Amino acid sequence: MISMTPRKHIPLSLTLLTPAVAIFLTLAVGAGIFGILGFSPLGSLYTFFVAPISRPDQIGDLFVKACPLIITATGLVFCFRANVWNIGAEGQLVFGAIFSGWVALSFPDWPAITLMPAMVLASIIGGICWAMIPALLKVRFNTNEILVSLMLTYVAALFIDWLVRGPWRDPMSFGFPLTKMYSDAGLIHRIDVPFVGSLGQLHWGVVGALLLAIAGSFVLSRTILGFQIKVMGDAPRAGRFAGFKPHLVTIGVMAIAGGAAGLAGMVEVSASMGQLQPNVSFGYGFTAIIVAFLARLNPIGVIFAGLIVALAELGGDYAQIALGMPKVVTGVFKGILLFMLLAGETFNRYHITWRRSAVMPVSKEQ
Amino acid sequence: MEALILTVLLTSVPLIFAATGELVAERSGVLNLGVEGMMLMGAVSAFAATSILGNPYMGILAGAVAGALTAAVFSLFALGLATNQVATGLALTIFGSGLSGLVGAPFVGGTVEGLPNLAIPLLVDIPVIGNLLFNHDIMAYLSIGFLVLVAWFLNRTRAGLVLRAVGNSHDSAHALGYRVLLVRFGAVSFGGMMAGLGGAYLPLVLTPHWSEGMTAGRGWIALALVVFASWIPSRILIGALLFGGITIMQLAGQARGWTVPSQMLSMLPYIATIIVLVVIARNRDFALANSPACLGRLFIGNK
Repeated sequence: MISMTPRKHIPLSLTLLTPAVAIFLTLAVGAGIFGILGFSPLGSLYTFFVAPISRPDQIGDLFVKACPLIITATGLVFCFRANVWNIGAEGQLVFGAIFSGWVALSFPDWPAITLMPAMVLASIIGGICWAMIPALLKVRFNTNEILVSLMLTYVAALFIDWLVRGPWRDPMSFGFPLTKMYSDAGLIHRIDVPFVGSLGQLHWGVVGALLLAIAGSFVLSRTILGFQIKVMGDAPRAGRFAGFKPHLVTIGVMAIAGGAAGLAGMVEVSASMGQLQPNVSFGYGFTAIIVAFLARLNPIGVIFAGLIVALAELGGDYAQIALGMPKVVTGVFKGILLFMLLAGETFNRYHITWRRSAVMPVSKEQ
Repeated sequence: MEALILTVLLTSVPLIFAATGELVAERSGVLNLGVEGMMLMGAVSAFAATSILGNPYMGILAGAVAGALTAAVFSLFALGLATNQVATGLALTIFGSGLSGLVGAPFVGGTVEGLPNLAIPLLVDIPVIGNLLFNHDIMAYLSIGFLVLVAWFLNRTRAGLVLRAVGNSHDSAHALGYRVLLVRFGAVSFGGMMAGLGGAYLPLVLTPHWSEGMTAGRGWIALALVVFASWIPSRILIGALLFGGITIMQLAGQARGWTVPSQMLSMLPYIATIIVLVVIARNRDFALANSPACLGRLFIGNK
C-alpha cells in the first residue's frame, strides 16, 4: 500500500520540478486521450502547442492571450492563498468590462488622459462590486462562496447579454448584439516595437499585466497585508490568536481578486474588441484558476504559467479553425494539467513510499 | 396547466439524480465539485450510445457508466493522492466539459429518439394526478426510486451507518477498522453514476440533441441543492421541484408575453440558488445539523 508521511523540508528543486513534470505528464496523457478517440496523438500536440507559435508575430499573440489570464490569476492567488475559494472571477471580469464600457460609451469625448484612468478605475470598481456579493454573504451569513460566486457568473453573462442586445445596442449595428465602438481614447493601442513594427496584436495592456504581477508579488511577500493573507490561509487559528480579522482578510482578498478580474475585463475589451459584445470573456476567469495553481500561487510564477496556459488556449483556437474541434476541447488539457499539478502538490508535501506491512497510520487534517 | 406541471416535474429529474448522488458522496465526507463535468460526460455518452445503438435504454446505461468512470478520476486524485478536493472537483468539471465537447463533436446537430413514456396501469387512470404522476419515462421513476433507496440506505442500514461515520469522523472510523478510502470511493462512484444519469436525462428526454455545455450549470445547482436539503435526502425532492418550477417560469413567462427580458428570467434559477443558500445558512443549527463533520477534509491513512 501507499504510505504518505509529511515532509519536514521541501527542497527547492522539487518545487521547481513539480510543474515541469506536471506539464510533461499532461501532454502525455492528453495525447493518449486524443489517440484513443482516433486523432493523431502527435498531430494533436503539434496543433495545440507548436503551430500556434511558429511565427514571430504569434509570440506577440501569445502574450496577448496570456494578458487577461495573468491579470486575473494574480488576483486569484491572493484568494487561494487565504483559502477563500473565489470561483467567480469570470463574472467579476464581465462586470469590470460592463463598468468600464459604461464610462467609455458615456464619455466618448474625453481625452485619453482622463478617459483611460476613469475606465481602469470603473473596471476595478465593477469587479469589486460583483466580488463583494459572495464575500459579504460569506462573512455575514456564512454562505458558501464557491457556489455563490459561481452562480453570479451565470447572472453576469446573462446581464451583459441583455445589455448589448437591449439598452446598449448600437442602433447602427444592423441588429448585431454590439454596442457602439469605443472612441479612440478608450482603446488600448498596440506596441510599436523598434525595427519590427507591431508584433502581432501585442498591446500596452500586456505591459500592465506584467507590472501587476510584479506588484502582486511585492504585496504578498513584503507587506503586512500579504503576511496576514498567508497566515489566515495556512494557519487560521494562529492568525486569530495574532489578532488578524478573518472577515477582513476574506473581504480584502475577494476585493483584490474581483478588482483584478474587472481590470482584465476592461483590458480585454479595450485592446481586442473595442466594443462590448455578448461574450467579452472566453472562460478566462476559470482558466485563470489553473494559471494560479500552475504558478504554485506565486504572482511571479503567474507570468510564466499564464504564458503556458495561453499557449493551450491559442492551440484551442487553432484546433477549432484547423480541425473543426469545439473550443472547449482545450479543457481536456487544462483539466489534466490541474489534476497533475494537484498530484504534484501531494508528492511535494509528502514523502510517498510503498510499504508491504501494516504500519502506524499517519493522519493529517488540513 | 397540466403541461406546465409536467414540465416542472421533468426539469427536476436531472437535479434529483445529481443531488442525491452528491449527497451520498458528501455524507461520506467527500466534496466533489465536479458534478457539472460528470453530468456532461453522462449526457454526451448517453447521446452517443443512443444514436449509435439506436436504443435509449443503452443510453441510460452509458450515462451511468460514464458518470461513474469520470468520478473514478476524481477518486484517483482526491482520495488516492489526497489532493485538495475543491480544486480537484474544479479540475474534473473543466476536464469533463472539454472531453465531452471532444467526444460529442461528431454528434452535434443530430437528434435521437427520446425515452418512451411508460404508463403505470390502473394508477394512470386516477383522475387529475394519474397522468401527472404515473405516465413518465423510466428515468423519472428511477430518480424517485433512487432517492427512496438512498434515504433508506443512509438511515436504516448498517452500511449506511458506516458511511455516515466515515463522513463524520474519518479518524474514528479508521480506528474502528473501517476502510475509509474504500467507503469513500464507493460513495463518490455512486455520486458519479447518479450525476451521469442526471446528465443522460437531458439528451434522452428534455432536449433530444447534444450541444457542448448543455447542462448549463445544473451540476452546480445540484451542489447547492445538497446544501438546501441540509444533507437530508427527502428534502432534495422539495428543492428540485422548486428549482424545476423556477426554471420553467421563464418558459411560462415567454408564453404569456411577459415584458421582462428573457435574460432576466433566465437568471432566476441562479439568483434563487443564492437566495436559498443565504436563507439556509442564516439558520446555522438547521443548516449544519446533518452536515458531515469531515466534509472536504483530507484523510491520509495507511493500512
